[in-house]
Amino acid sequence: MSLSRIFDVAGSAVSAQSQRLNVVASNLANADTVAGPDGSPYKARQVVFQTLLMGAPGQREANAGVRVSTITESQATARRVHDPKHPGADADGYVTYSNVSPVEEMVNMISASRSYQNNVEVMNTARNLLLKTLQMGQS
Amino acid sequence: MIPKLTASLDFHGQALLLRAERQRLIAGNIANADTPGFKARDFDFASALRAASAASAAAGGNDTRAPGEGIAQGVMTAGGRPAPILRYAQPAQTHLDSNTVDMDRERAAFAHNATQYEATLRFINGSVRTTLDAMKSHHQG
Repeated sequence: MSLSRIFDVAGSAVSAQSQRLNVVASNLANADTVAGPDGSPYKARQVVFQTLLMGAPGQREANAGVRVSTITESQATARRVHDPKHPGADADGYVTYSNVSPVEEMVNMISASRSYQNNVEVMNTARNLLLKTLQMGQS
Repeated sequence: MIPKLTASLDFHGQALLLRAERQRLIAGNIANADTPGFKARDFDFASALRAASAASAAAGGNDTRAPGEGIAQGVMTAGGRPAPILRYAQPAQTHLDSNTVDMDRERAAFAHNATQYEATLRFINGSVRTTLDAMKSHHQG
């Protein structure tokens, strides 16, 4: 039954999008963290989505789910602020913050939550259709 | 008599299978709305249904072939599952990550297809009810 496979497809997307939301949350939480004792600050993370073919052999290409293939670290330069009184300041008086861009993360978050909602809606529709299919010929 | 009664059921059954298949395909497109490089796919429902009903008309009737034999390529698999020819969607706007899912189009197609799936279900229900009424009217008046 094709409709029940929709739950696999949309479920994989929901799980991937929630992983993306998780990464965004950790980026936003660390937006203002200072470099630790080792001198390397938090680096913004991004998920990379990949199509996951989850159908039976011969039907594989029609069942396209999603998975998170890797999580990459942003190589953008860290934010450096001149603040000699800060306990985390280096010899030159500069404090190194993480390279998270809060605006980018907010946009990413909205996009992820919209995609999440879309997939939940897909699942709800599929559920309604399946329930109606179960009642076929009864009314 | 009975083959004539079930012929319309057969047709609607095939339409239902194809609708479910299309629903699954669009769900896959929506799921991959953010996947880099994903190409959205869809199939032409009208021609797929035409091909499927032509194949079943060739296989139906008073033929003696085994089920699944003689079913046209690209219409159904041997197990009776619909396998329409998939086409790639033309993107209205290009994306930097070469993803061709147009979310507005997919959502509209999803809602439209869901409605038509329900319509097909109603046709089947109506057909079944008519057949049942025809069977029992003599006794129950």
